[in-house]
Amino acid sequence: MIEFIRKQAYLVDFTLSSLLRRKGKNFGLLFVYTLIVFMLASVMLFTHSLKKEAGIILQQSPEIIVQRLVAGRHALIPADYIEKMGRLRGVTSKKARLWGYFYNPVVKANYTVMAPDHLVLTTTEVIIGAGIARTIGLDIGDYFTLRANNDTFSFQVKDILDKHSELVSTDLVLISQKAFRVITGIPEGQFTDIVLSVRNPREVRKVAEKLVQKLPDVRPVLREEILRTYDSIFSWRQGIVFVLLVGALMAFVIFAWDKAPGLSAEEKREIGILKAIGWESGDILRMKFWEGIIISLSAFMLGYLAAYLHVFYSSAVLFEPVLKGWATLYPQFRLVPFIDGLQIATLFFFTIFPYVVATIIPIWKASVTDPDAIMR
Amino acid sequence: MLITLTNINKLFNQGKHDEFHAIRDISLQIEAGKVTCLKGSSGSGKTTLLSMIGCLSRPTSGRVTLEDEILSGLPERFLTDIRRHTFGFIFQKFNLIQGLSVLENVMLPAYPLGLNHKELKSSAQKLISHFGLDRVLHNPVEWLSGGESQRVAICRALINDPRILIADEPTANLDSWLSQEFMGLIDELRQSGKTILITSHDPVVFDSPIVDRIVEMQDGQVVQN
Ligand SMILES: Nc1ncnc2c1ncn2[C@@H]1O[C@H](COP(=O)(O)OP(=O)(O)OP(=O)(O)O)[C@@H](O)[C@H]1O
Ligand SMILES: [Mg+2]
Repeated sequence: MIEFIRKQAYLVDFTLSSLLRRKGKNFGLLFVYTLIVFMLASVMLFTHSLKKEAGIILQQSPEIIVQRLVAGRHALIPADYIEKMGRLRGVTSKKARLWGYFYNPVVKANYTVMAPDHLVLTTTEVIIGAGIARTIGLDIGDYFTLRANNDTFSFQVKDILDKHSELVSTDLVLISQKAFRVITGIPEGQFTDIVLSVRNPREVRKVAEKLVQKLPDVRPVLREEILRTYDSIFSWRQGIVFVLLVGALMAFVIFAWDKAPGLSAEEKREIGILKAIGWESGDILRMKFWEGIIISLSAFMLGYLAAYLHVFYSSAVLFEPVLKGWATLYPQFRLVPFIDGLQIATLFFFTIFPYVVATIIPIWKASVTDPDAIMR
Repeated sequence: MLITLTNINKLFNQGKHDEFHAIRDISLQIEAGKVTCLKGSSGSGKTTLLSMIGCLSRPTSGRVTLEDEILSGLPERFLTDIRRHTFGFIFQKFNLIQGLSVLENVMLPAYPLGLNHKELKSSAQKLISHFGLDRVLHNPVEWLSGGESQRVAICRALINDPRILIADEPTANLDSWLSQEFMGLIDELRQSGKTILITSHDPVVFDSPIVDRIVEMQDGQVVQN
């Protein structure tokens, strides 16, 4: 037993010194390998946590949004629709909302402007999202202008939304209902939509059906549908990134496969010498196995760590260009760090496994052939 | 008899168009404690025969026995084990591992045995200092001269204390003075009870009084014994 352990120690020792003997080659290898793991891990961590983040935010949104349709188009909804709905079983609150999108040609971005009734704001006050504040360079007390109805309206920044859920609130602008009606011309008593809260998620569909029976000109939009849309959008974006990554993965496979047939003459000679002086094929395989493990494990850990820092502490700066199209005011949000065992296992399987196999095969071939070639 | 070869044949590339019959039906016995020299022109099959005796390759047909044990036909695992404790090799091109120090090169054959590191190191050092290489102990082997390289190769061949020492053209890369010195070392090893097998076409070797027996080869056959 003690001999077995000592033997492994000798093998690892020899492996390390072998790695150091070919410093240049091995560091190059380690670098490329780490880079690939870094890219794969970044995408996995990023998309996964983004999805999670969006899910958390949507959890807080209403279960049903009621829109009114006129000639098949989204129209304003009168406040008395709330009374017309009557009592709906399972609905805990009904609220009419005023909100919309405003395009700012200067920064080429859409703002989401909302006029919540619970906020106490004067007609000239505004609360803006952190993304807007950062992009235009606004601070509390500065002036913010909105263009609407062929006119510009000026507001003083009263507050900046805190950064907790920046993903959604980044492009948000909050103003008073009165101001909203002034800049949009929406008359008193009219709203953009009505939101309903339903306590039991299993009743949501029933409520929606009842609603359509009572008021045939409304369209209920369910949160689960939005969630599904979000999901597919994220999956789609993830898809793009993944297509890019398949390229990287292919490069990796080629890189690993490239090693498969080719041992350098030098390496072959060394294997021959080791065999001739009394090493078993198994010892050589074990040594090379350790070599593969050391390289791929360090690359894996370095790459994963770098990806972790990249995604959670630098807000995935490298992916900004890919995701920019989705919101111009790209949030500099901090994603909540997490580690997912299954994800690590997947990544592990796709990077370490093929590498070790690809390196072991040629060594196995070389180590089972007779070592007499080195005598010549 | 320490080693007995019976009707050994070796064919390279058997069954292919470039098939080559390198060893033809050789039977030979090698005594323990003696220095035996295989002599012959280039291409006569000396190296091929030596590598079959040393279990580095297998004969196509025939039998190699070590004392009473039949080696030809043993699976590779057992062969390695026997080779490790029975044969020490000194190659013509020395075949030291570049980048490793003298000490590491000498210790290398003992790694798979899992010996105590301190003991192994001290016995390697003793051997190295016996062959006058103290000064270069920690130098990488690529800094060594030809004579030094060969002494390192001898130390490496001896580290597992083998009974038989196999040297293929050991003086081919040495000048005549160093070759004489090498034969001196061989004499010393013979006196310590080792069996020694050398191939050479260097007169310094086969005309040396140390050599007990000369086996002459030609075209894969033994012509004079
Ligand atoms: N792997 C091989 N495939 C084909 N032919 C081989 C192979 N190895 C050796 N030979 C041939 O076998 C013959 C004997 O070779 P060997 O190396 O045993 O000769 P040698 O007596 O040691 O010669 P030298 O004195 O030049 O070292 C040579 O003609 C050589 O070309
Ligand atoms: Mg030869």
